[in-house]
Amino acid sequence: MSTSAIETKVKSIIADQLGVGEDEIKPESSFIEDLGADSLDIVELVMAMEEEFEVEIPDEEAENIKTVGDAINYINTHKK
Amino acid sequence: MSNRRVVVTGTGIISALGTGTEKNWQAMLAGKSGIGLVSRFDPGKIDARIAGEVKDFEPEQFIDRREVRRMDLYAQYALAAAEMAVKESGLPIGPDAPHGYAPEKVGVIVGSGIGGISSLEEQHRKGLEKGFDRLSPFFIIQMIVNMAPGLISMRYNCKGPNWAPVSACATSAHAIGEAWKSIKLGETDAAIAGGAEAAITPLGLGGFSVMKALSTRNDDPAGASRPFDKDRDGFVMGEGAGMLVLEEMEAAKKRGAKILAELVGYGANSDAYHVTQPAPEGEGAARCMRLALQSAGMNPEEVGYINAHGTSTPFNDANETKAIKAVFGDHARKLAVSSTKSMTGHMLGAAGGAEGVVSALVLSRNMLPPTINQQTPDPDCDLDYVPNQAREARVNAVMSNSFGFGGTNAVLLFKRF
Repeated sequence: MSTSAIETKVKSIIADQLGVGEDEIKPESSFIEDLGADSLDIVELVMAMEEEFEVEIPDEEAENIKTVGDAINYINTHKK
Repeated sequence: MSNRRVVVTGTGIISALGTGTEKNWQAMLAGKSGIGLVSRFDPGKIDARIAGEVKDFEPEQFIDRREVRRMDLYAQYALAAAEMAVKESGLPIGPDAPHGYAPEKVGVIVGSGIGGISSLEEQHRKGLEKGFDRLSPFFIIQMIVNMAPGLISMRYNCKGPNWAPVSACATSAHAIGEAWKSIKLGETDAAIAGGAEAAITPLGLGGFSVMKALSTRNDDPAGASRPFDKDRDGFVMGEGAGMLVLEEMEAAKKRGAKILAELVGYGANSDAYHVTQPAPEGEGAARCMRLALQSAGMNPEEVGYINAHGTSTPFNDANETKAIKAVFGDHARKLAVSSTKSMTGHMLGAAGGAEGVVSALVLSRNMLPPTINQQTPDPDCDLDYVPNQAREARVNAVMSNSFGFGGTNAVLLFKRF
C-alpha cells in the first residue's frame, strides 16, 4: 500500500468516526485540539487503524500519536 | 411536605405514533395504532412478531452526527424528547437567560427500563467474533442507563441532581415523581424528567415473548394492543421517550411560562408479592393510587380521568380495574379511564413519561384520548374506557398509573392549572 493510499484511508476513517469533513483533516491536525476528539475517540481510532492496516499499536505507542501525520507515519513504518 | 407547588411547562414524546408531542396527540385523538410487524430485524421463531417501532425518527435533527454514533438509540430518544420539552417550555438556565434558574438548581431525572440493549447485543456479538479486547470504547457509555440524564445535563448545563431510576414499566413515572419531590423540597427549582426505551431487539422481544407476556396477534398488528377488551392476549412492545419540564410554580409564573398543568401528587410503593404478577385484587396498585391522592390532599371524587397502566395483558387490566374500583368506589363508574398503550404499544420505561405528557394535555386541551380496539367487553373490565373514540371533556384532575415487573408501582396526579 502506498503512502498516499494509507493517507486516504486514514482520513476516511477519521472523517467517519469523528464526523468531520475530509478537507478539514490535514497531516498536522491534532486529534484532540483540531478535530475535537476525546480519549475514547482516540481508542476507537487506534482500534480501527489496527484492524484496517493489520498493525498492532501498543498503548505506549498510541500515546505518541497526536496528529494525523503521526498516525500515517506509524502505519507506514509498521505495516506488514 | 412544603407548600411549594410544581407545574408542567414542557413536553416531548417520541413513540410509534411519531416524533413530537403534537404528532402523538393528534394521532391519539384520531385513534390511530402505531403497531406493525417488526421491521428492524428478523424475529425468526419468536412468537410475537409485532411491535410499536418508531419509524420517523431522525436523530441528526436533534443531535450532532458525531454524537449520535456514540449513543445508543434509547439515549438518542431521551435527548430528542428533552430537546422538545425544553424548547416548548423555554426553560431558562444560567445567569445570562432572563429569569434563568441557577444551573445547580436544575435536576435531570430520566430513566430507562433496560437501557442500551442494542449496543449490548452488538458488542457481545463483536466480542465473540473478534475477541473481547476489541469492543467499542463507547460500549459502556452507550449501555448504562444514567447516560441519558448525563447527556441531557451536558447539553443544557443542568448541574443539580442527575440520576436514572430503573423500575421497569414504572421507571419514568418514578422519575417524574422524584423530580416533583425534589422541587417540593427545595433541592431543585426545575427539572427535566421522564424516560426512554429502545428495547425492540432480538433479546428484548425474545425475552418478553418467552415469558408469554406479549400479544401474538401477528395477523392483526393494529388490533393487537387491546387493553380491557375480552380478547386481549398480552402487551405489544413499544419504544420511544416521554419527557416533561417541571418548574416550581412561583418561578414559572414570574417568568411568564405557559403552564400546562400542575403536578400535585405522587405515590410509590411495592406489591411485595411476585416478580411479574400483580398482587391479587390489585392491592398494591390501589394502595399506590391512595398514596398519590393523600400526597395531594385530594378526594377521589375530584379525579375525572385516569390514564391507566392498561397494558393489554389479561392480568394487569382486570387487576387495575379492581384497584380503581376499590379506591374510587361509586365514583369509578363516573370517571373515564383510557389506555393510550392501545395505540403506542407498551413503551416500558418510557411509558410513564409519555403518559405524563398525555395527562398534562388532557388538562390543557380538554380532550380524552380513547382506548382503541374495544370490541368485546370483558365482565372483569367494566369501566368507561373511552372506547375507540376520543371525547371532549373538561376534567379537573388526572391520575396516571404505572406498574412494573418486580411489583413496583408509581402513580402521578395532575391538576388543572
